[in-house]
Amino acid sequence: MALLLWTVVYPNVAVIAGSFENGLGHWREFAASPADREALWTSLVISVASVFASLAIGVPLAFLLGRFEFPGRRLLRAVATLPAALPPLVGVIAFLFLYGESGLVTRVVQRALGMAEAPWRLKGVGAIVFVHAYTMYVYVFLFVSAGLERFDATLDEAASGLGANTWQRLRRVTLPLLMPAVAGSALLVFMNALGSFSAPYVFGGGLRVLSTQILASKINGAMGLAYVETTVLALSAVAGLVLFRWLDSKRKYTLASKGGRTRRTIHSRRIQILTTVASAVIVVALVLPHLMVILVSFARDGAWTTQVLPPEYTFENYRRLFSEAELWKPITNSVSMALIATAANLVVCFVAGYLIVLRKFGGRGLLELLVALPWAIPATAIALGLAATFNRNDLLTGRVLLVGTFWILPLAYFIRDIPLVASAVESSLRQMDASLEDAARGLGASWMMTMRRVILPAARPGLVAGGLLAAVTAVGEFVASVVLYTHSNRPISMEILAQLRALAFGTAAAYSVLLIFLVLLMTLAARSFEERLA
Amino acid sequence: MTAAPDGLARSESRDDKSRRGPLALNGVTRRFGEFTAVDNVSFEVGPGELLALVGASGSGKTTTLRMAAGYETPDAGTVTLGGKDITKVAPERRGFGMVFQHYALFPHMPVEDNVAFGLEARGVSRAERLKKARASLANVGLEGAGGRAIQSLSGGEQQRVALARALVIEPRALLLDEPLSNLDPTLRHAMRDDLRAMLRRVGVPALFVTHDQEDAFAVADRIALLKMGKLLQVGTPEELYNAPVSREVAAFIGRGSIVPAIDKGNTATVTIGGVARDLNVTRAKGAPSHLETAYVVLRPDALELSRSAGVLAWRGRIANRRFAGGVIVYRVQLADGISVDVESQAGEAHEDDNVSISPLKGPFPLVPA
Repeated sequence: MALLLWTVVYPNVAVIAGSFENGLGHWREFAASPADREALWTSLVISVASVFASLAIGVPLAFLLGRFEFPGRRLLRAVATLPAALPPLVGVIAFLFLYGESGLVTRVVQRALGMAEAPWRLKGVGAIVFVHAYTMYVYVFLFVSAGLERFDATLDEAASGLGANTWQRLRRVTLPLLMPAVAGSALLVFMNALGSFSAPYVFGGGLRVLSTQILASKINGAMGLAYVETTVLALSAVAGLVLFRWLDSKRKYTLASKGGRTRRTIHSRRIQILTTVASAVIVVALVLPHLMVILVSFARDGAWTTQVLPPEYTFENYRRLFSEAELWKPITNSVSMALIATAANLVVCFVAGYLIVLRKFGGRGLLELLVALPWAIPATAIALGLAATFNRNDLLTGRVLLVGTFWILPLAYFIRDIPLVASAVESSLRQMDASLEDAARGLGASWMMTMRRVILPAARPGLVAGGLLAAVTAVGEFVASVVLYTHSNRPISMEILAQLRALAFGTAAAYSVLLIFLVLLMTLAARSFEERLA
Repeated sequence: MTAAPDGLARSESRDDKSRRGPLALNGVTRRFGEFTAVDNVSFEVGPGELLALVGASGSGKTTTLRMAAGYETPDAGTVTLGGKDITKVAPERRGFGMVFQHYALFPHMPVEDNVAFGLEARGVSRAERLKKARASLANVGLEGAGGRAIQSLSGGEQQRVALARALVIEPRALLLDEPLSNLDPTLRHAMRDDLRAMLRRVGVPALFVTHDQEDAFAVADRIALLKMGKLLQVGTPEELYNAPVSREVAAFIGRGSIVPAIDKGNTATVTIGGVARDLNVTRAKGAPSHLETAYVVLRPDALELSRSAGVLAWRGRIANRRFAGGVIVYRVQLADGISVDVESQAGEAHEDDNVSISPLKGPFPLVPA
C-alpha cells in the first residue's frame, strides 16, 4: 500500500504542488495563453468526436456480426479486433503510409482522378479522429458484442409477442439494455482519446492538444506551466470518468440471463450481396495497415518518394536491425523493460488483488482506489508526475533520482499497467468460491500452503491474461516513454519515431513489424503456458 | 471410520481426552457492527452425537458453526473441546473436518488430491496420502473416482468427496454447513440415511447446520433451534415437536395452529365459536406448572374431520383441500378467525363443505405466550 501511495499518488501530488509553486502564477499563465486554451478545447473536441466515430463504427459492426449470418462473417469477425493488436505508434505510421500525402491510397486516388496535388492532407482534427476511430472502435465493438451475447433473447420475443415491431424492439428493448456496454466502451474511448499522444504528435501539424503541449512545455523548460497543463489534463479525465459513472449509475439493472440466440440468415439476394461487398471492404480496410507496414518494412530507405508503391525491396532493413548494435539496442531495451515492469505488476497486483478480494481490512477501499487510479490519469500526466518526483535524491521527501536512469521507464510502465493486471487478478479471485480458503485452512494447511496450492492457482488465469496485456502494452509503449526516455534506454517506439523523422520509412516499418511479431510471440507464449498448466 | 490414518493424524490426536471429548459452545456472542448475529448461545455435542443447528436464514446458525470451526472469533463466550478452551485456536490447528455448503472443492485439483489435501498439509508422503485418500473415497462409495475432475462430478458425488476430504484427516469434530441443501429431493432423502450412518461411525461430535427441519429430524440426535441469533431450545426432535418451550418453537417445528387456551394443569380449555373443549396437554421440561396466558398447538394429525355436525365439535368450512400422498390435508376456517389444518384418510369432503372438527386424545403441547 505504501509502495502504491509512493509511486501512484505521490507523483500526482508533486505535479499539483508544482503547478502552485508560483502561487497562482502558472495558472494565470495557462489561462492567459491562447495556445493552451486552444489545446484544452481541441483535446475535448477530439475526445468527444472520437467517441462518436467509434460508436458509429463499433455498434453497427457488433450488430451485423452478432445478429446476422452472411457469407464472409467469420472472416470479418476474425479481423474485427485486429486494430487492437497494433501498438499505438505503429497504427499511426501505418496510416501515414496509407493515407498520408505520399501514402498509397492517397496516390492511387490522385492518379485515378488525374489531380496535380494530393486530394487530402492527413492533418488536423479530422486525421486524428480518423486514426482514433480505427484503433478505438474495437473497445465499442467488443463491449457491445459481449452485451449482445448476454442479451436475453426471450426479452425480444416477449416484446414481439406484445406486438412491437422491429424498430420499436430495437429502440425500447435492445438499445436500452445495451446502454451499460455502450457507456462503458464510450468511457474507455474518451479516456484513451484524451490521453492519446501519438496521433496528435504525428498528424497534429500546427494543432495543439494538451498532451503534446505538456511535452512542448517540458522541452522548453517551462515546468511550472507543464504542471498546470498536466493537472488540467488529469482533471479533464477524472471529470469525464465521474460524468460517465454518474450517467451510468442512473441505470439499476443488469442482464442476468445466459442469453443465446441464433443469428438470422439474410435471404434477400440484393442485401446479401450488399453485406458481402461491404464486409469485404471493411476487411480490406482493417487488414491494409498491417499489410502496408509489412510491405514498407522491405522498402529500401529513401527510395520511396513519389511512386505509388515503394520501388525497391530488400532484406537490408531487417539485416541491419539484427546486426547493428545501435539499432538492436532499442529492442533489448523494450523487451527487458517490459519484462521488469510486468514482473513487478504480477507481484504487486497479486498481493493487492488478494487483499482486496479476500481480506477484510480498513484500507480496502483506499487500496481499490489506488490500483484503479492510474487508469483515470492520462499517461502523459503519469510520466510528468514521475519526472517531477524522481528527479533528485532526497530521502526526507521520499524522492529517489530515477530520471535519466534506466529505471524510470520500467517504473512508468509498471504504474500504467497496474489497473490492467489488478482488475484481471481481482476478477479471477472473485470467481473463486471464498470458502476454498476456509476449506484449506480447516484441513490444516498453513498460510503458505493455502497461498501456493489454492489462492495462486485461482488467480492464475488473471495473472496470465493481465500479465500478457501488461507486457504487450509495455513493449510498444510510446506516450510515457516520449516524456521520460534517454538515449541509452530508448524503447522501440522512440526509435521508430527517430527513423521516421530521418525519413527512413523502411527501418521504421521493420521495427514496427518486429513489434507486432513480439506481441504475437508473447500472446502465443501466454496461451501455451496456460494450456500446459490447465 | 475404516480409513484410519495411523501416521501423523494419530500422533496429533494423542491427547485422547480432547479427542474423545465433547464440543461445547459456552455463551458465545458475535456482533457485526450494530447487528448481533449470535447472542449468548450455549450447547454441547457429545462424541458420536449428531446435533443439528436449525433456523431460518439469518438466524445465526452459520455464524455459530463458523465460530465452532474457528473462522469467526466470538466477541464473548468460549468454545471448548474435551473441556479445553480452543476459542483462540486457528482453524488450521483445530483438526476439525468441515463440509461447506457448496462443498468448496478445489476446482483445479482432481478428486484424490482434494481428499489428500489435509494429509498433504500434515506432511504425509504422497504415496501414503493417496492410498488413504482412495480408501476414504471407497468409504463414501466412490471407488476409483480419484482421478476424476471436480467439474465432472454430480452434486451428490461432490457432496461425498467433500465428506471424504473431511473424514480422511481423522477429525476431532465434524462440522457440516447445509450438507444436503444442494441435492435434488430424491437424492436428498437417500443421503440423509447415508450421512447419519457415516457420521455415527466416526464417533466424534458432529454439528450440522440446516434450514430444513425434515433433514434435521432425519439425521440429528438433537436439535438446537436458533432465531435471530438467540437459542430457543435444544432437545431431541420429539421434545421439540411434542414439548416446545415457546410459541416461536411451536410455530417453527412441524405444522399446526397455535390457539389461545386456559391452563388447568393436566388439561387446557380451548374455546372456538362458543364450543369449549378440554384437551390433554404436555409441557416442556422445566416449564412453569401454571401459565397465565397459554396456547395449545393443534397439529394436523391430532384433529379429526367429520362431515356430520357434532354438538361438541368446532364448526367450520373447508377453505382448501390438498392431496398429500397417504392423506388429504384440509384447511378448515373455524370461527373467531382461527383456521386449522387437518389430516384425513377420507377424501370425500370438498372445498366449501361445512364440516366439524374434533380434537383426538392428544396430548397437545401447551406453550406460553
